[in-house]
Amino acid sequence: MKFPLFSIEQDPGSNFGELLKRVGLSPFSNYANVSQVDIPHATTCVAIRCADGVVMAGDRRATSGNLISHRSMEKVVQADDFSGVAIAGAAGPAMEMVKLFQLQIEHYEKVEGQPLSLEGKANQLSMFVRNNLPAAMQGLMVVPIFAGYDDQIGQGRLWDYDATGGRYEELDFVATGSGQLHASTVLRVSWRKDMSVADAIELVSRALWEASDADSATGGPDVLRGIYPVVASITKNGFTRVSDFDLAAVFATITTGVQQR
Amino acid sequence: MSMPYYVAPEQMMKDRADFARKGIARGRSLVAMRYNEGIAIIAENPSNTLRKTSEIYDRIAFAGVGKYNEFDQLRVLGVRSADLKGYQFSRHDVDARSLANQYAQMIGQTFTHEVKPLEVEILIAEVGVVPAKDQLFHIMYDGTVLDEKRFIVIGGDADSIRSKVETAFVEDLPLQEVVKIARTALSTDERLLQSTDLEVALLQRNGSRRCFKRVTEHSLTELLA
Repeated sequence: MKFPLFSIEQDPGSNFGELLKRVGLSPFSNYANVSQVDIPHATTCVAIRCADGVVMAGDRRATSGNLISHRSMEKVVQADDFSGVAIAGAAGPAMEMVKLFQLQIEHYEKVEGQPLSLEGKANQLSMFVRNNLPAAMQGLMVVPIFAGYDDQIGQGRLWDYDATGGRYEELDFVATGSGQLHASTVLRVSWRKDMSVADAIELVSRALWEASDADSATGGPDVLRGIYPVVASITKNGFTRVSDFDLAAVFATITTGVQQR
Repeated sequence: MSMPYYVAPEQMMKDRADFARKGIARGRSLVAMRYNEGIAIIAENPSNTLRKTSEIYDRIAFAGVGKYNEFDQLRVLGVRSADLKGYQFSRHDVDARSLANQYAQMIGQTFTHEVKPLEVEILIAEVGVVPAKDQLFHIMYDGTVLDEKRFIVIGGDADSIRSKVETAFVEDLPLQEVVKIARTALSTDERLLQSTDLEVALLQRNGSRRCFKRVTEHSLTELLA
């Protein structure tokens, strides 16, 4: 391998995406029209704000048309110590976008010697989504949620995006994907200001449960295989994924409640 | 037509080496040592913002002495090269040896072909999953690569610092001990360096993905107490 050397005008600075373009490795190229092809899609993700930060959750199912293509996809991914991304949409480009986003954050931090601010990261993700617009027009839509703990103001923040890269900061909660409607209804009814992390985990699990109950593309808790949604909290102590053991208990309570309706 | 002066190649190389050595000697030195939990890099650096040590990749650190703008440029090249390689292949494929070779190629090329050689010496350290896999590379201003097992001293007064470290160094010392050895070795007889004069960075073998960690001035003061 050779060092990637650039002239002053061509230097990509701390932008990893630009660096990839300069060396001809950019993943944002034109896709052929794939809207007729069944490619795996990932579905419902939610994020809510609580007293200590944010809680994010995503189901594990990926579907190709009416088939389940993966049962254990991880749609909620840690971006860095204090933020996470959740993605809905075409699985391939979405995973690539998350990988690139993680690398961009780390690359920036190493080149510049200090980490990006939370808002800077949210803005960076919006550029990735915008770069994906041509592919989105071809049917490869990727719609992420970005959430994290902002240590400058000492609270959790969350953003959702549209396919054009539009970035919208939400104050309370956000849901994305095919089960968005069902999940956000649950959140809208039950969300309260300054919830504890434990209550927030219970609420996002309930939102995902209702979404999976009504939307075939959203996976519910798979007790048979021991596959539970990915739920994570982000507070001043960092990104913590909730263990499957704890989630099993949360979902047991939810399903018992449903049985007694 | 004017005739260029003939300069013997030996003389030309010697002049360049002298020039580079002089530039490096103007700056302050640094020491990288293995300790019981990884590798510690201790640099004399009164600046709290212009760093001599930095993170290149998960297990790889960089440190440079000499002209700041030159080694900082090399640092950024290293980060780019490592991140590209990790993106293209896998995070496990990024290693210190190939990075050290890349640096050696470039610094050597500059030494022989450019008007001015780089006035820098750098070190590349990689902390292994097990202590036996630790790697320390010292790359000189002319592209010479040296592979060390226990510790590296780079900078102006390297020989005398090296002999001081040599007498005190033992394998598997705790962090506090190696920091103290380095502090004494880097200090002059007139003045003992304090925590504000030092920059300390670690590659910790603690199982997390990113092993690089800076020691804050506060904890450095405690280590030196």
